[in-house]
Amino acid sequence: MVTYIIRRLIWGVVMLAIVSMTTFAIFFLVPRLAGATSDSLAARYVGRTANAEQVKIAAERLGFNDPLIVQYGRFAKGIVVGADYNYGPGVERCPAPCLGYSFLTRLPVWPDLLTRLPVTISLALGAAVIWLIAGVATGVVSALRRGSFFDRASMSIALAGVSLPIFFTGIVSLVLFSYGRPFAITAPGGSFTPFFTNPVQWAYSLLLPWITLAFLYAAGYARLTRSGMLETMNEDYIRTARAKGLTERVVVFKHGLRGALTPILTIFGLDLGLLMGGAVLTESTFSLPGIGKYAIDAITSQDLPKVMGVVLVTAFFVVLANLVVDLLYAVVDPRVRLT
Amino acid sequence: MSESPEPLLSVQGLEKHFPITKGLIKRQVGAVKAVDGLSFDVVKGETLGLVGESGCGKTTTGRLITRLLEPTGGKVVFEGRDITHMSQGALRPLRRDMQMIFQDPYSSLNPRHTVGAIVGAPFRIQGVKTEHGTKKAVQDILELVGLNPEHYNRYPHEFSGGQRQRIGIARTLALKPKLIIADEPVSALDVSIQAQVVNLLEDLQNELDLTYVVIAHDLSVVRHISDRVAVMYLGKIVEIADRQALYEAPMHPYTTALLSAVPVPDVKRRTERERIRLQGDVPSPLNPPSACRFHTRCWKAQEICKTVEPPLAELATGHQVACHFPENAPKDAVPGDAGTAVPA
Amino acid sequence: MSFLELNDLRVHFPTDDGLVKSVDGLTFKLERGKTLGIVGESGSGKSVTSLAILGLHKGGRAMISGEIWLDGEELVSASAEHVRTLRGKKMAMIFQDPLSAMHPYYTVGAQIVEAYRIHHHVSKAVARKHAIDMLGRVGIPQPERRIDSYPHEFSGGMRQRAMIAMALSCDPELLIADEPTTALDVTVQAQILDLMRDLQQEFNSALIIITHDLGVVAELSDDILVMYGGKCIEYGTAEDIFERPEHPYTWGLLGSMPRLDRARTERLMPIKGTPPSLINVPSGCAFHPRCAFEGRTGGKANTQVPELLETEGGHLVRCHLPREERRAIWENEIKPNLESV
Ligand SMILES: Nc1ncnc2c1ncn2[C@@H]1O[C@H](COP(=O)(O)OP(=O)(O)O)[C@@H](O)[C@H]1O
Ligand SMILES: Nc1ncnc2c1ncn2[C@@H]1O[C@H](COP(=O)(O)OP(=O)(O)O)[C@@H](O)[C@H]1O
Ligand code: SF4
Ligand code: SF4
Ligand SMILES: [Mg+2]
Ligand SMILES: [Mg+2]
Repeated sequence: MVTYIIRRLIWGVVMLAIVSMTTFAIFFLVPRLAGATSDSLAARYVGRTANAEQVKIAAERLGFNDPLIVQYGRFAKGIVVGADYNYGPGVERCPAPCLGYSFLTRLPVWPDLLTRLPVTISLALGAAVIWLIAGVATGVVSALRRGSFFDRASMSIALAGVSLPIFFTGIVSLVLFSYGRPFAITAPGGSFTPFFTNPVQWAYSLLLPWITLAFLYAAGYARLTRSGMLETMNEDYIRTARAKGLTERVVVFKHGLRGALTPILTIFGLDLGLLMGGAVLTESTFSLPGIGKYAIDAITSQDLPKVMGVVLVTAFFVVLANLVVDLLYAVVDPRVRLT
Repeated sequence: MSESPEPLLSVQGLEKHFPITKGLIKRQVGAVKAVDGLSFDVVKGETLGLVGESGCGKTTTGRLITRLLEPTGGKVVFEGRDITHMSQGALRPLRRDMQMIFQDPYSSLNPRHTVGAIVGAPFRIQGVKTEHGTKKAVQDILELVGLNPEHYNRYPHEFSGGQRQRIGIARTLALKPKLIIADEPVSALDVSIQAQVVNLLEDLQNELDLTYVVIAHDLSVVRHISDRVAVMYLGKIVEIADRQALYEAPMHPYTTALLSAVPVPDVKRRTERERIRLQGDVPSPLNPPSACRFHTRCWKAQEICKTVEPPLAELATGHQVACHFPENAPKDAVPGDAGTAVPA
Repeated sequence: MSFLELNDLRVHFPTDDGLVKSVDGLTFKLERGKTLGIVGESGSGKSVTSLAILGLHKGGRAMISGEIWLDGEELVSASAEHVRTLRGKKMAMIFQDPLSAMHPYYTVGAQIVEAYRIHHHVSKAVARKHAIDMLGRVGIPQPERRIDSYPHEFSGGMRQRAMIAMALSCDPELLIADEPTTALDVTVQAQILDLMRDLQQEFNSALIIITHDLGVVAELSDDILVMYGGKCIEYGTAEDIFERPEHPYTWGLLGSMPRLDRARTERLMPIKGTPPSLINVPSGCAFHPRCAFEGRTGGKANTQVPELLETEGGHLVRCHLPREERRAIWENEIKPNLESV
């Protein structure tokens, strides 16, 4: 078990290293291979208004003329211990973890992300709780009453849920449920309130985005749970559980659901990890100042370091979620502990 | 030991150790000694039965002989040619002569191919031209194994388990092989169907002059079908003899115990039968017991059994046993006598 | 009334392809302390029968009719909830593959404790002591340590012992073992059969052992019921079935089996064809397409379903052939072949 944990941890670190290399490759190497010169690269960092001279200086300062290894080394070192950007007039400090430095706003990216993280985390966690409960419950009931009206209705809705784009369901829910609308369930104001400022207001402000986002995922989870339950309820050990004389409730929840939920755990971890990198569409639709919104803004203003920062943070959360899922798996499924 | 100068198949000291890795860097910490020094010959036209409990290495042996697995030691000689480490390319022509029948008639046939395609595949793979075309050749084989040739275009799921096993047999027969390795060919089948397939295998052997190695855990089926029988325990042959000698006067305690464990449908004698009951399960091949691997379950075990490995020695003509204290042994026989030149 | 009585039990499943008549009119009796062996090829309805006795088809799509009397109580018409309270306590079951039949995520001990505590209101500690005791009784060494193992950490034989411990934990009066040794090696099978024999004597329970292996039934059974296509085609004492069988299907089973206790026969005598689909059971005698003696019944075989009739002293046979003719065929045509050298 201990070696298992250690191995997973080391694997996580390796994954992060690979992620940083890939990110580096995407933002520095690929444009190069596509024919970009160090100047044209630098141009993306200083913005459209700069003249050729400024670009040249920037390219030099950014080290785009150095060998790639050196550039990656600097990039990786920045993440670990921070980096300094010589900006002509003075040196700008980008403290660790330096995930990038925006030359448009002249600010490091990480502190920006840090202020937006609570929004994204609030959105993701809240939605996750809702979709997990709603999705699993729907899936279980559908599986137990296979072919019933409930099953067919909920599975049709679920199909719609996984196929409809979020800005559609988002706008529909805004039209129907936001303040002043026929089925209003949000408070006036509507913009994000931090949890520690006012928990009630916090929940209120996020209710609609939560439901919209959760609907999308709940649909998928309902389908997954349903097929998982149908499969486990056919297992021999369910027959054994019934043969012991257990009540159907115990059979379903203690024996059936336990088996069916394990694979869902993996997917849940991944989904949650990915969402930590920003629910782009939900955040834009509801104008929530989260990481997804940040990413969209960065892309529109062509602020590459910000985009890179978001990619790194997302990757970090995905790797972290994977790690947690793997460890949880070992707790949930004793057969995994062998390795 | 065989009288004929050149056996069709000769296996010498065959070994397969599967590595076990552990820890952060997948260090090899041990090996599953699935097959650990097998030696036997198979003469043309005979059937050698390979019996033993699950996990003793029967399937691995079959896959080593047909080179679906690469041995980690020893030699496999087929028709005088050493094929132990032959490349897959060089093996290809030999595959015509050596075929394998698998246990599971459900998973061993591709569900998306018709019977015609499955049975005809060997022709195509080997690029064999037949006189009246592949279809005619395939239909002839289907008829031979007792299937309706008109079912040429059907899919495996349209057949019952026994019929599927016939399709599997038909496939192996396509190129008129000399040697067939059958791995548990009837264990997945119902009793009445088992008998049909056993009879079919026997008829085909007579008609086509086939040589069989039949792997099975069912001792009664093995007795019925084999001319000679090898008993395996934890990767080793503990006894090999002619069918009659092995079943009527088994020398190895394990063979005796196996035979006595088989339930027989004889109600009159069920109370009076002398039973030998082994304790426990087969130990793990990862950490097999020292010296005689059977000593942890053997009722005749002595100190020497734990320290000195009994060699597989010929105690009567054609009857080899690896035991220090064999049963039914001729009085003058000396177990493990160096005089009997048998590789141990 | 006997301890267990089945009366014209029918279990039919409506499916998209048609009605599956898995069990079609099964009648038998079983006393405490006795063992009934049910043999038949796969798909003959053996497992469906055992699940029906335990009431495990209730609530599903199965259509059940007939009667199942257990200790004076009728179970087919009883409520699902009532039958549940009997399950595990009054009647218990051992399944074929102990690896898939035990929950992979719970320890062996937890699963036995659970089985015990549904029917006994005792503390976890008491139930655990009982579980350790049961594991010891079925021959698991160091039960106080092994109780906390997971099923995958046990060998096949140990798992089946644990399964038996679980089934016996509430001291059931009826034990049904469905292919209890099919997944095991012969040496382990022998151990498990010995164990079941001993435990049955100790607990004096009624035992039903279901298998396709005639050798296994012969080892344990007092009475034997041969099933074909959802029906009983022959029923009798173990001696009746093995010494003087009267049904062509039973002859076929005996002729198909290579036997270690006899000299080797040159050739097996298989039954031709394959077992019937239970959706389209052949008309008349379900066995007639495969029967070697079908021609001798004067055209009745494929039109009239033969009745299960007593031939002598409780020995029942479902065949149109006259009794004398059956006996003559057995003595002159079948038996000599089974014993030929
Ligand atoms: N690919 C493999 N890797 C590791 N161990 C293996 C592999 N294949 C088989 N084994 C092990 O080798 C032993 C012999 O297996 P097998 O030849 O399948 O036995 P049998 O056919 O007699 O049941 C078993 O302990 C099995 O677990
Ligand atoms: N739940 C079910 N729905 C439909 N058919 C079933 C069901 N359970 C069993 N059957 C069918 O009933 C027949 C008898 O099955 P079973 O009792 O399991 O046979 P066996 O004698 O091998 O134990 C089979 O043809 C099987 O397909
Ligand atoms: S060598 Fe010893 S332990 Fe091995 S089989 Fe013979 S008597 Fe038994
Ligand atoms: S009734 Fe006819 S077909 Fe059926 S078993 Fe008897 S002889 Fe055979
Ligand atoms: Mg095998
Ligand atoms: Mg069954």
